[in-house]
Amino acid sequence: MSIIQAVNPPRAVFLDFPLGHTAGRRDETAEQDDIMRDTLAAFASGRPGQVTSLPYRWAASDDWKDAVMRPKPAGEQSSEKAGHEDDRVARFDTPQYQTGADADAADSTCPTCIFLNDTK
Amino acid sequence: MSRQAPIDYIERTRDQYAALGYPPYAWVHREDPPAHVPLSQPIQDSKLALIASGGIYRRGQIAFHFKDDFSYREISTDTPMNELRATHFAYDLRDAREDINVVFPLETLRRAVAEGQLGALGPRAYTFMGGIYSARKVEDILAPALADRLVRDEVDVALLVPA
Repeated sequence: MSIIQAVNPPRAVFLDFPLGHTAGRRDETAEQDDIMRDTLAAFASGRPGQVTSLPYRWAASDDWKDAVMRPKPAGEQSSEKAGHEDDRVARFDTPQYQTGADADAADSTCPTCIFLNDTK
Repeated sequence: MSRQAPIDYIERTRDQYAALGYPPYAWVHREDPPAHVPLSQPIQDSKLALIASGGIYRRGQIAFHFKDDFSYREISTDTPMNELRATHFAYDLRDAREDINVVFPLETLRRAVAEGQLGALGPRAYTFMGGIYSARKVEDILAPALADRLVRDEVDVALLVPA
């Protein structure tokens, strides 16, 4: 929600689910359909910048929010900066395929992969 | 059961960076009024473009990388769902890899069209990699490129799905 407000899009809906579930819960097609119906309805919203909070809840308790992106104190052996472990994924600069088979299947001339030039 | 306000990811990112000894991440804050354009016809008659930033690619395409990748992929909206993949560094991919609709609601949108809630889908969806550190690259290069594509595809509305 704070990011939506910072970016200030023309219109938005907010679903209070964990990251990686922006459009619903895995395999819950009825709920996914409800979320999409509410989302499409928001296109008709008249006020610029309006953010509609959707009523769906991830779980009966919101305790899942407690641990999200909370720095964990480092263990005794850790040499990380400032005494906290960096558990973020390394920023690899090579293609990160879901499977090795995808890497083998990839077309190196891929016409639908658009690499843009930074002229600055 | 405990109720909590939405997670303030901007605050948590600031805290995480501080705990790791890094300077604060410079989030974009847009103060100018959004470019809000009222619908020219009901959504039931509109053609929609799906744009997603969850690192989605189709089998056969080159996957995204994790270091300021500001390329994008065109994905035909009639692509079989079992050819869609997700790769990203900033969210738990497990559910997306079981059911890509959680971050790329293509099947959901097809059903919305079938049920008459949406007019049509554009010919192509567009995907890119969220977590691009350079807001300038997004604003000056990627976003205008995608906007050009939407004009070419003659869509009426765009649905942006972050992850």
